[in-house]
Amino acid sequence: MSKRVVIDPITRIEGHLRVEVEVDDNNVITKAWSSSTLWRGIEVILKGRTPMDVGLIVQRICGVCTYSHYRCGTEAVEDALGVKIPLNAKYLRSIMQSSLYMHDHIVHFYHLHGLDWVDVVSALSADPALAAQVAMKYSDAPIAAGEGELKAVQARVKGLVETGKLGPFANAYWGNSTYRFSPEQNLIALSHYLKALEVQRVAAEMLAIFGGKSPHPQSIVVGGVTSVRDMLSPARLQEWKQKHAIVQDFIERAYQADIVMAAEAFGTEASVLGGVNVNSFLCGEDFITADGEYLFQQGVILHGDLANVQDIDPSLIKEDVTHAWYKADGPQHPYEGTTIPDYTGFIERDTVYGKLPTIDGDGKYSWVKSPRYQDEPLEVGPLACLLVNYARGNQVVVNAVDGLLARTGLPLEALFTTLGRTAARMLQTVLVGQASLQTFDALLVNIQSDESTYVKPEIDPDRVYEGYSMIEAPRGMLSHWIRIKDAKVENYQAVVPTTWNAGPVDANGKMGPYEASLIGLKLEDPTKPLEVIRIIHSFDPCMACSVHVMDYNKHTLGQFKIDPNGF
Amino acid sequence: MDTHAALYKQGQDRLNYLRQFAQRQPVSLQQKMVSLGISRRDFIKWTASVTAMFALPLPFSNLVAEAAELADRVPLIWLHLAECTGCSESLIRTDSPNLDTLIFDHISLEYHETLMAASGWQAEENLENALETYKGRYLLAVEGAVPTANNGTFLTVGCKGHTGLHIVKEAAENAAAIISVGTCAAFGGVQAAAPNPTGAKGVYEVVDKPVINLGGCPPSEKNIVGTLMYFIMFGKLPALDMFNRPKWAYGARVHDNCERRGRFDAGEFVEEFGDEGAKEGYCLYKVGCKGPYTYNNCPTERFNHHTSWPVLAGHGCMGCSEPNFWDDMADFEKPLGRQLLHGIDATADTIGAVILGATVVGIGAHAVASVFAKPLEE
Repeated sequence: MSKRVVIDPITRIEGHLRVEVEVDDNNVITKAWSSSTLWRGIEVILKGRTPMDVGLIVQRICGVCTYSHYRCGTEAVEDALGVKIPLNAKYLRSIMQSSLYMHDHIVHFYHLHGLDWVDVVSALSADPALAAQVAMKYSDAPIAAGEGELKAVQARVKGLVETGKLGPFANAYWGNSTYRFSPEQNLIALSHYLKALEVQRVAAEMLAIFGGKSPHPQSIVVGGVTSVRDMLSPARLQEWKQKHAIVQDFIERAYQADIVMAAEAFGTEASVLGGVNVNSFLCGEDFITADGEYLFQQGVILHGDLANVQDIDPSLIKEDVTHAWYKADGPQHPYEGTTIPDYTGFIERDTVYGKLPTIDGDGKYSWVKSPRYQDEPLEVGPLACLLVNYARGNQVVVNAVDGLLARTGLPLEALFTTLGRTAARMLQTVLVGQASLQTFDALLVNIQSDESTYVKPEIDPDRVYEGYSMIEAPRGMLSHWIRIKDAKVENYQAVVPTTWNAGPVDANGKMGPYEASLIGLKLEDPTKPLEVIRIIHSFDPCMACSVHVMDYNKHTLGQFKIDPNGF
Repeated sequence: MDTHAALYKQGQDRLNYLRQFAQRQPVSLQQKMVSLGISRRDFIKWTASVTAMFALPLPFSNLVAEAAELADRVPLIWLHLAECTGCSESLIRTDSPNLDTLIFDHISLEYHETLMAASGWQAEENLENALETYKGRYLLAVEGAVPTANNGTFLTVGCKGHTGLHIVKEAAENAAAIISVGTCAAFGGVQAAAPNPTGAKGVYEVVDKPVINLGGCPPSEKNIVGTLMYFIMFGKLPALDMFNRPKWAYGARVHDNCERRGRFDAGEFVEEFGDEGAKEGYCLYKVGCKGPYTYNNCPTERFNHHTSWPVLAGHGCMGCSEPNFWDDMADFEKPLGRQLLHGIDATADTIGAVILGATVVGIGAHAVASVFAKPLEE
């Protein structure tokens, strides 16, 4: 007798996500559905506006990976208009992006994903003196893990638990047996959770130095970057470098140490040793380190074939709306001019929590569409990025991955897991942090002889322009596509990492990465589905980003209309 | 000043009222500060800066200190609607040494989807319990606009599949006060820009209670925490402008306190990004700065621990704390036009109306004297 489990809201993510699973008598997941429950219509809003405003508007798609869309949208316009921005602008944009990564990945691991690995309540029974010794095992010079500090952390949390008022920690899944850290390890990680709150602030300041603020920086324009005074100020440059040192230090001595600790503790936990069931990956080229040189190369891996990494061919990207809340003229080619929301709602049925509105898996059930590459679903994100570059023999990545595997004693296959996905994010953060110093040095050299930051874009109202941009955002390959006519936006699409990962099943019955990753997972208690949340969080969902009206065949978005009788 | 004496008395009464409730945090704020290594001196400095931000005389900093200590008597429920999470992100980037965060941490955070450990059914349970347990006493913060088209079905949250519209109305019913955090919750924001496909609205348009609007995309962490503090201190809303924004934060134009104001007065303008004027820090009006039409304290408070703000980074203000700015201020890197400049000396209320052509819906700015959930004597 199968049982239905509903999880909504999935918390500690950006945006609104509902996941439902069906479990058999042994509580093993046999079916899974991922549903995005918010639609905002940003692309529709872009139509008819000046291309110069695109970056600032699309940035509002998301306040967590803020800046990613800003840059990508601006560069799509530059590509369309054929604007070649100065080298300084490229370096500055990349430095801002590195700063974003260092912030975003730290916040994700500690504040969004951390509580899936760390049992706060278990940390209370730890012996702080012993924990201080344990910490030495994972780092030669641990951060925020001395006996005194750990004692203070413990006291703080103890107080919370004793009053029974856990505040934001209330009603979670503490005590679940898939939490595998010892009390001492939990205490170390909890201490880092609190320390990371301080460090992420410094990382946000790094972005603000050249961006004006964070979230939602405001220093990029079509044609370049506006923060020329910050770039030319030695004091400002030094400020960035000092903050970088603080954050990078935390990444290498706390974040990295905690992942090594997790690899050891969770290395035998079945629920985190699956979770990569769509064995195809996609990654974009990004992070300029010198004129024409990049930290990461682009590529596609299909069906786990690491020996044959292909170059991305944008014409092979298509989308499917069979199970998304849009009307389409045919399941295979949903590109026919109109995009009409077609909300069909939920179906009432029995669940482990009693009668509830639930996903209609046979019908439509998400505001996210299903992108496909050569009709295949792909996973994007830090894991995809590292796998593509490892397979390509990118030496920096190969060394980092091999180094981590050697330290943890795990085989390469261990990367193809939930644990591997979480470890890849850490490794990517380390590499981006290191590479950003190369970019920074390249900028310092360049401004000795060149102070240009901006090229004025020209736009001819009688011409039609098309262009796109692909970057590697914190959650994976992001691309924006634009068509400009009469000097106005005629058509806009954002193809977003979380769309690739979170989309519903397609017309051929192929599931996307979220849904596929859950199949075969065994739950300890279906009413407290911690294992599901841990896997979904490992993708770092960014739902506001994912909900888009896409049209890769470059037809116009067409007339958008709300059909009041569409129910 | 008499008004200050009266306000001080009001603050004292309010704090006495809060004291009757059980302490909800296990350790006092002072103890927490000790364990975090925050000195008494840092705390005093912080209370002085909050007091200054409210434009109140220094003795009020005692009230700020007490209110901070009593913050755990005020349950906070934070809803996410049609949003991008930028406002929550702004909040977690508050100043070190941690004080603002600590206060936030010290307020009883009952529901906040980005930060809470619980998920799914258990998360929804937390919300329902908080709405029931703290009826009439909780502070409701909303992030994101309310999609209203198609019966609100462009957003559903929770296992029960309620629409955002339904949830916000229900939560508003017994809230002691409602704060719209950011331009989306306040005025609809980006999803409400033309053609507004989801019928997105500001919270004040769908609930029949006064709502305090914190414009900004996102608002600075200072304005968010400051507003929470004010409510804890006085149990009522601060003086508001015509768009129900707190005057202490939104009382002056960005242009008034801009670090480049002298350049404007001297007629020194950046003509093109990256030019010699840009390197010298000339005024950005000609490359689209909307500072003359925008009310906020960005030039004085800045963002990210005073690190920067858009004008310092060489880009004009885009007007993000104003209603309809996505449409009214569009073509952000072009000046709005000379015809509007005559209004530059007008008062906040009229210039707002003139410049933005706003039809403010049913919120008499100062009609709302206070928002006691219950009279204090209860």
